[in-house]
Amino acid sequence: MLYFSRWKSFLVLGVVLFGILATIPNFFSKEMVAKWPSWLPGQQLVLGLDLQGGVYLLYQVDKDEYRTTRLKALTGEIRRALRPSGEKIGYTDLRIRNGQVQVTIRDTDKIDEARKRLEPLVNPLVSTLLSVSGTSAVNEFSIEEEGATFRYQFTESGFDERIRGIVSQSIEVIRRRIDELGTTEPSIQRQGTDRILVEAPGLDDPERLKELVGTTARLTFHMVDTSMTGEQAEQSRPPPGTIVLQSVDSAGPPSYLLQENAILGGEDLVDAQTTFEQQTNEPVVSFRFNTSGGIKFATITERNVGRPFAIVLDDKVISAPVIREPIRGGAGIISGSFTVESANNLAILLRAGALPAKLIINEERTVGPGLGQDSIDAGEIATTIAAIAVLTFMILTYGLFGIFSNIALLANLFLIIGLLSILGATLTLPGIAGIVLTVGMAVDANVLIYERIREEARQGRSPLNAIDAGYKRALATILDANITTLLAAVILFALGSGPVRGFAVTLAIGIVTTVFTAFVFSRYLIAQWVHARRPKALPI
Amino acid sequence: MRLFRFIPDDTSIAFMRHRRWSFPVSALLIVASIVLFFVNGLNLGIDFQGGTLIEIGTKDGPANIGEIRSKLSDLGFGDVQVQEFGTPNDVLIRIVRQEGGEEAQQEVVIKVRERFQDTVEYRRVEVVGPRVSEELTRAGTWSVLAALFAVLAYIWFRFEWHFAAGAVAALVHDVLLTIGMFSVVQLEFNLSSIAAILTIVGYSLNDTVVVYDRIRENLRRYKKQPLSNILDLSINQTLSRTALTSITTLIALIALFIFGGAVIKSFTFAMIWGVVVGTYSSIFIAAPLLIVMRFVPGARTVEPKQDASVGKSDKQPS
Repeated sequence: MLYFSRWKSFLVLGVVLFGILATIPNFFSKEMVAKWPSWLPGQQLVLGLDLQGGVYLLYQVDKDEYRTTRLKALTGEIRRALRPSGEKIGYTDLRIRNGQVQVTIRDTDKIDEARKRLEPLVNPLVSTLLSVSGTSAVNEFSIEEEGATFRYQFTESGFDERIRGIVSQSIEVIRRRIDELGTTEPSIQRQGTDRILVEAPGLDDPERLKELVGTTARLTFHMVDTSMTGEQAEQSRPPPGTIVLQSVDSAGPPSYLLQENAILGGEDLVDAQTTFEQQTNEPVVSFRFNTSGGIKFATITERNVGRPFAIVLDDKVISAPVIREPIRGGAGIISGSFTVESANNLAILLRAGALPAKLIINEERTVGPGLGQDSIDAGEIATTIAAIAVLTFMILTYGLFGIFSNIALLANLFLIIGLLSILGATLTLPGIAGIVLTVGMAVDANVLIYERIREEARQGRSPLNAIDAGYKRALATILDANITTLLAAVILFALGSGPVRGFAVTLAIGIVTTVFTAFVFSRYLIAQWVHARRPKALPI
Repeated sequence: MRLFRFIPDDTSIAFMRHRRWSFPVSALLIVASIVLFFVNGLNLGIDFQGGTLIEIGTKDGPANIGEIRSKLSDLGFGDVQVQEFGTPNDVLIRIVRQEGGEEAQQEVVIKVRERFQDTVEYRRVEVVGPRVSEELTRAGTWSVLAALFAVLAYIWFRFEWHFAAGAVAALVHDVLLTIGMFSVVQLEFNLSSIAAILTIVGYSLNDTVVVYDRIRENLRRYKKQPLSNILDLSINQTLSRTALTSITTLIALIALFIFGGAVIKSFTFAMIWGVVVGTYSSIFIAAPLLIVMRFVPGARTVEPKQDASVGKSDKQPS
């Protein structure tokens, strides 16, 4: 056990050297490391959000809300299909009931024609998942016919497919929005079927990020129904085809009665910017329509001079200006009670586009930069003190052999940090705890070996024999003991999340490096010492 | 240089005799832990219960807990806990889960921010909705059960079923006593507590396996000895190692407890307790359980691979 062939020595020292080299970049600034020759390892430890500060947001698509709006939209599609500009088909009882949309055809002699028009509305989707049967097309809706009544219902796979699509679209929109902030390197990932995880490190203003990410930003333009005020409509009942929406504009009335159908939507916008109104110097958002939107807007404003229209964002009226003259340039201004920041936010949201569905926050974890730095400092102090205490203890207990195990322990620390850097693993506060714990437990392997050597020496073996037997006998125990801890770490990694995962990673890496440094590297050191000194008695 | 000997070299403590008190004491503690768990309950953190946690730092001088509490009292959040956290300037606010699903939780943060504006530094904000807290509870429970099962399987594979049963009994003992401790001190039980429990499982097992390994070795060497003598001998032989490793681990953990900051204090506290309990259980529970289960060394089935290698080195040390 004490003989190391040349290539073996080479390998052992190589591994330790690798650990040291891979750790070094962490002592220097990012800028300095960037200038290094490329053959040197240049990766630095990735600090978790709990250490560098940042935001962790877990969003979920609001499926119920999506279901409702989609069914409402389907109702509109059915209406348009049966009452197109061409031949009309009489129908009755078009409504949403128990998650289904149903319609009854009155002109029973036109039922074949109706079927021909209604069937395409099941909306075939191309599935992104490979299905077992090999066909990859699913319909969003299934259609069921009973006499003259047609019923639409979400198919399960179609609905899931839509949600998956919404998640992908939302990720794109969120990315565009956060990119506008420009300062962070966010990570935006899909989680499961209906969740999106947004992680943004080192952010000073998490509330702004939340506002930017979580707002649906569905912009619509509606004509205002002036036959009664919003309050009156609320008390009685809004006439068919109209809705009452609350206003966020402190200048106007608290609510408005609007035509339910939007005259234009945010999808017709091509640009939005924050500008200042010349007279009042208040921040406003100026926008431009695309060509077709511009033409539509011009026609509508021409026809409705003198009447108010409402600019609605996510079912809240931002402002309801009166059309003074036809707007032909395809550009307009949204004024409301804006601050510079809220105007900026709205401009960003309009440029990046609306989210296809509402997102709800399931989980939020925000760490301020102050706490992150405090945690790093505390972790450094704790690691240093733990290491010094353990190193001193080992020298007091084992003398020279304690020094060997201490060198092995330092090599172990280098290997852990080096491996974490190379693997790009994230270091979290519990991760630091994992390292400190490893420092405490790492000596266990050496203690096992040394105690064994002591025992063997007491039984009258020569130093060389005792060392050899000590290492040999302790091996099975060391492996058993460490594999069991490794099992716990693997399970922790598989089932844990976030910072706890960081703990599992450092613990697992620590176990592997511990077995190497304690069993191989310390043995190498002792072998060198034995060959150099040829000891008659063991100083242990 | 004279070296420390924390444990003398040739101890011969009759550990097996102590099972007369260690078993009843442990049984009592386990029952007490279970009762506490059901009566006192755990101080579940927001990870498992949902709710809001906000750590704020005052900008001018020590925080006035009473003032902060009264500022929050009329917001209608129900149960609000305000406590000093780490330093006199840091305050931890915990607000129970609000009725009304995911969005109601978000309202809490908005209202608290409105109330304090920019007079404080928001060091940490955590909001866990009902859905995620349910999932985390499930994952946490599963991870502890899976760990126990994996350990059972591994020890069974490496040893015999008596050992596996003994080890798992010792682990269940450790886990229950740790949960009991959480209940007594009303320490917040959160995700990192699960991490602590799993690490305790790993550590305690580590200890148990070292003792078991020695028992297995001695069983082969001293075929004629009664089991309880072999158990005593094995524990005495590994005693010095057990003590040393526990001491170094405790040194590291205590350093972490004192200097590691308030965020991981509950984690390190649980670990310190776990190391003490785990060390105790491998000596006083795991080993004597072998006697209780009437483990008969002679009836062992021989594992050819391992026996061959260890057996050889027994006879001809190289």
